[in-house]
Amino acid sequence: MEVIINGEPHRAASPMSLAQAVALLTKAETGVAVALNGDVVRRSVWDSTRLADGDQVEVVTAVQGG
Amino acid sequence: MDDPLLIAGESFSSRLIMGTGGAPSLDVLDRALAASGTELTTVAMRRIDPSSAGSVLSLLADRGIRVLPNTAGCFTATEAVRVARLAREALGTSWVKLEVIADERTLLPDPVELLTAADQLVTDGFTVLPYTNDDPVLARRLEQAGCAAVMPLGSPIGSGLGIRNQHNIELIVESAGVPVILDAGIGTASDAAIAMELGCAAVLLATSVTRARSPELMAESMRLAVTAGRLAYHAGRVPRRRYALASSPPAG
Repeated sequence: MEVIINGEPHRAASPMSLAQAVALLTKAETGVAVALNGDVVRRSVWDSTRLADGDQVEVVTAVQGG
Repeated sequence: MDDPLLIAGESFSSRLIMGTGGAPSLDVLDRALAASGTELTTVAMRRIDPSSAGSVLSLLADRGIRVLPNTAGCFTATEAVRVARLAREALGTSWVKLEVIADERTLLPDPVELLTAADQLVTDGFTVLPYTNDDPVLARRLEQAGCAAVMPLGSPIGSGLGIRNQHNIELIVESAGVPVILDAGIGTASDAAIAMELGCAAVLLATSVTRARSPELMAESMRLAVTAGRLAYHAGRVPRRRYALASSPPAG
């Protein structure tokens, strides 16, 4: 299957959890939020959330701005 | 004098809210924030960059500065609400500087989308601080929607043109029941002082400090200007007169 993580296509051979997708980008324990297909997903359920083909994952954090 | 800024029941001794955009490095930003005396500072939410070193969040945490996420870059209410929810999840705060802009050239707020987003976020339990036009009617509508403050622009973001319509800012201050925070357009210290003299509860600025030749010095000048302007507001300026009024006694 293929999922889109922060705009980049990513091929995954086996089932992939949201937590595994986030771990590709960051190991940070705080300051990170995730949207799956536009909806915010709480960190507490990242492990139990299974990704499906074509899912769009956005991983964001705070940067300088405003 | 003891004169704290109160927003949504939270108390701040500094009336200078800082942005973090535009600083050449985290080190320069750190020294500028320290010199500004700010206790509340905005950040933006963006896709995580695995290669970026250092974090504005840890800098703010080390300084004990409260973080205020913004929705910069959003053009619709739907986008802004999503970014606010992501910020709440990432940063553990329900406070948000709501920014919904109409176009890239002016970065002016889109009033229709702004009010729609404010309504939704207030309903969703957020403490909403909207960046708005210097429009007294829109400011009133935002307050009625339940916003915790209103933040009219002095002039477009990053323009440094100061407060283009002081009369409108006065009108907003006159009728607002929530803090009025002058947001955007400050060019130098006198602009910040004028905002406070007009009765604004606080000033929010970034560019004028972060892109100054010396951000640290300008941050200190802004701290002093905000304090001076606030004192002048409390002291009450003398009326403007058409002709002279001698300050020395005429007789004797």
